[in-house]
Amino acid sequence: MTASDGHIYLLLAVAALLGLLLLWRLARRLRRGPPRRPGFFRRTGWPLGLFLVVMVGTWLIVMVVLPQLFMIDLSFRPRLPLAQMGGPRDIYTLQNYRYLLFGSTVSTESWNAVHLRALGLTIVSAMLITLFNLVLCYPLAYYMGQVAGPRGLRLLLLLLIAPYWLNDILRAFAFRILFAESGLLNAMLLGAGLLDRPIDFIGQNIALYACLTYAYMLLMLFPLYNALEAFEHSQAEAARDLGAPWWHIHLFVVVPAVKGGIASGCTLVFMLATGALAAPLVLSGTSVLWFTPIVYDRFYQVFNWPQGAAYAFALLAICIILVIALLRRLRLSLTDVVR
Amino acid sequence: MRFGRLACFAYLLAFFTYLFAPLAVMGLTAFNTASFPSAWPIEGWTLDWFAALARDGEMLYGLRNSLWIGLLVVLVSVPTGLAGALMMQHIAPSLRGVYYVLAVAPVLIPGVIIGIATVIFWREATLNAGLRFLYNGTLLTVMGQSSFIASYCMLIFIARLHRFDRTLEEAAADLGAGKTTIFFHITLPFLRPAILSAAVLAFLSSFENYNTTTFAILADKTLTTVLAGQVRQGTTPSVSALAVLIIGVTTAAFLLVEFWRGGDWRRRRAALA
Amino acid sequence: MAAEVGIERLSVRYGPVTAVDDVTLTIGAGEFFSFLGPSGCGKTTLLRSISGFVEPTEGRLAIGGKDMRGIGPNRRPTALIFQSLALFPLMTVAENIAYGLRVRGVAREARRRRAERLLQTVALEGYGDKPIDQLSGGQRQRVAIARALAVEPEVLLLDEPLSALDLKLRQHMRNELREIQRRVGITFIYITHDQGEALTVSDRIGVMSRGRLEQVGAGRELYDAPETAFVASFVGEANMLAGTVRERHGEEAVLDSALGPLRARNPRGLLAGSRAVLFIRPEFLLPCAEGEPANRIGVRVAGLAYEGSATHVSWVTPAGEKLLSLLGPRDAAPPAPGGAAMLGFAAQDALLLPPQELAA
Repeated sequence: MTASDGHIYLLLAVAALLGLLLLWRLARRLRRGPPRRPGFFRRTGWPLGLFLVVMVGTWLIVMVVLPQLFMIDLSFRPRLPLAQMGGPRDIYTLQNYRYLLFGSTVSTESWNAVHLRALGLTIVSAMLITLFNLVLCYPLAYYMGQVAGPRGLRLLLLLLIAPYWLNDILRAFAFRILFAESGLLNAMLLGAGLLDRPIDFIGQNIALYACLTYAYMLLMLFPLYNALEAFEHSQAEAARDLGAPWWHIHLFVVVPAVKGGIASGCTLVFMLATGALAAPLVLSGTSVLWFTPIVYDRFYQVFNWPQGAAYAFALLAICIILVIALLRRLRLSLTDVVR
Repeated sequence: MRFGRLACFAYLLAFFTYLFAPLAVMGLTAFNTASFPSAWPIEGWTLDWFAALARDGEMLYGLRNSLWIGLLVVLVSVPTGLAGALMMQHIAPSLRGVYYVLAVAPVLIPGVIIGIATVIFWREATLNAGLRFLYNGTLLTVMGQSSFIASYCMLIFIARLHRFDRTLEEAAADLGAGKTTIFFHITLPFLRPAILSAAVLAFLSSFENYNTTTFAILADKTLTTVLAGQVRQGTTPSVSALAVLIIGVTTAAFLLVEFWRGGDWRRRRAALA
Repeated sequence: MAAEVGIERLSVRYGPVTAVDDVTLTIGAGEFFSFLGPSGCGKTTLLRSISGFVEPTEGRLAIGGKDMRGIGPNRRPTALIFQSLALFPLMTVAENIAYGLRVRGVAREARRRRAERLLQTVALEGYGDKPIDQLSGGQRQRVAIARALAVEPEVLLLDEPLSALDLKLRQHMRNELREIQRRVGITFIYITHDQGEALTVSDRIGVMSRGRLEQVGAGRELYDAPETAFVASFVGEANMLAGTVRERHGEEAVLDSALGPLRARNPRGLLAGSRAVLFIRPEFLLPCAEGEPANRIGVRVAGLAYEGSATHVSWVTPAGEKLLSLLGPRDAAPPAPGGAAMLGFAAQDALLLPPQELAA
């Protein structure tokens, strides 16, 4: 089965899925009797309805779904020069995934330690960054949501938004200057007498963590703030009245109530941290830590696009699984998370 | 409780120091005469790096591209986001959940993956359809960025539509307006503030985007990819000068908007008094 | 140009819920007709069916003789005044009023003139350029009316338009609406839950409960000759006593109740042995002297409410039932609370009606 046949199968699968969806809707409608709501085009009128269907259809199908499907499809195909694609050598294969796991397209003897370690470390680091971000931002979000008055709030908002006019690259650049061996932080610590020799922040990846945490602070802060603003203060007061100490109140009364905001912030930060590219490129230490630059290299260093696609899909799949697990655990749905 | 107040203050101090540290660094290096970007020690004060920035052809080329792509992204994302939000209203309730997940997914998918997928798709699509001229960095970047920026816009419009009084549409219908007329007379004027915010957000998001752009731009360049190249290879403080410029311009614009809006608010208060 | 509205066996169902149940009614051209009922009785749904926002599940609706099936709200000869008024916030008063004309392609000059004239009609001259948020409640009402009249509808529909206004303003606006209707001469269909309002403004009233049309008639008919217990209790105040019909004497009958045998009119011809409710207005249930009307009930005073022109007296029977009397200024003063009295009423002032579950 060549890959060009595969494309036909892919399209057929998508068509079959759509057909099933329509059939299911039809069946439901037949069971319930005539629908009480007028149909889609009666509600919107033909010109507007057509505009909606075309725009949204093009967007979702051409810009979202199809690219992902094609990427997944490519990940299962071998690396071939452009001319030979779609030809007889373009077959479906697991070789790219084999490479990711075992370091070779054919043998499964030894694990691809470097890449797998990078993948694992990326996930774990992203989780740590998310957690640290949460702990860092929670007090401020609580203050803003529950304690601050309108004037103070406006000031805080103004102060908070200002630093985010820098983009990823400039931010990473700034952190590099800050954390370099001859950089500002080391200079200050040396000058204050706290250190004899400068610390290699960058080599130890501390600079990278600091930069990534910084990058997503607002994304953690605002969902938390929104949730905490809506929190009924009287609940905390009731707990205090019953004798609970402040940390107990936060942990067992406030946090469960705002878990939607927490999940929202954490999901966004985790997904973005895992997919971060600029900061790792600029700030990586000696060890290969972040997975995303490895994906980048597959494309523009090694020029092995199918492999890159496989790596990208692996990353995506793991992220999605983890996020769904988190949402399940907290018993939330996607609509609660994306404001 | 004194300890609490002290801890609070210390926390806020540390937090905002952390928050403004990179800006301070940028500020210092941009004006420092040292040829290697460093915040310390300060060798001297100069504006040379700003001049160097103005002479940097690559940077200017990237800037032009970024502006052009930003404009195109606004033109694509804002109507798409609007269509997405309206679709949410009118689609059958049973399909709404699935639709929302699809529409919001681009926000969660890492930007690099969107960039990769867009390039792969368009390469094969244009190859097979013989439309080779469509396979260029600008188009791909616009497509890639718009896929998630349209989602941002959609969220803005959904929030605005939430506050829309549906009976106004009914009143217009009762007075004789057809569905399309209602949309242009009643719904769209109501959405005007949202269209503005969405456009601004779309432009800014596009301008500063790196992850998706770096894959989608192919052989071409935008400001962010030029920056990335320069920063990785070691660079002069002209990059810091750029950062200071960006911060300056956006802060000024922000303050201007705040002032204008605040003034408007004060005027209204006076009118009602 | 007023039109007649013909409603034939109209029903509106949402799945298992029936909002409007088999309503048949003809509203005459140029009539001021009100639908009266508690919330949830279906009057709003019925109004929205007439205006075209709701498609009836069954039945036929004709305006001016034309069947309205499949005709959308923008093409019906009706105009609706919403409960929230739904004035367009981004347009001025004149732009609001002229909107219907703008949609019909009327030129700007002509629109402006029409809007001016309508502003005069509703006594809002000079307000044309004002934004909507600067108007008071009563002024907004009038803009809504002017906007609806601008499209020269054959039927004007009003969805509880006065419910957001305070008492004095409401009374004033009621009269204004009546005035405008008389002047313009089109059919007005008005819905309200306030029976005093309905009685004041309407030519005829349709009382609705749980989707059904209980009774249609002029205010006087509904008040003096209610056909069901619901109408009796909803329009005006009523005393209701339950019992079983013991015997019939021509037009009248005797009811066996917890308070003893009571004699009343029996216009519905309820049969002996059937359950019934005796209904009597508070103004007819009065303290009486010895040897007076046939029906007598021994009671004690539970409470007094002096209201200037009249006094409401609430009584309680030995069995614990509550009764209400309305005493005029010339009637003898009632005893103090706790005091005993004998109430009496004439048979012809009371009615027997079939029992019915009343809305809470």
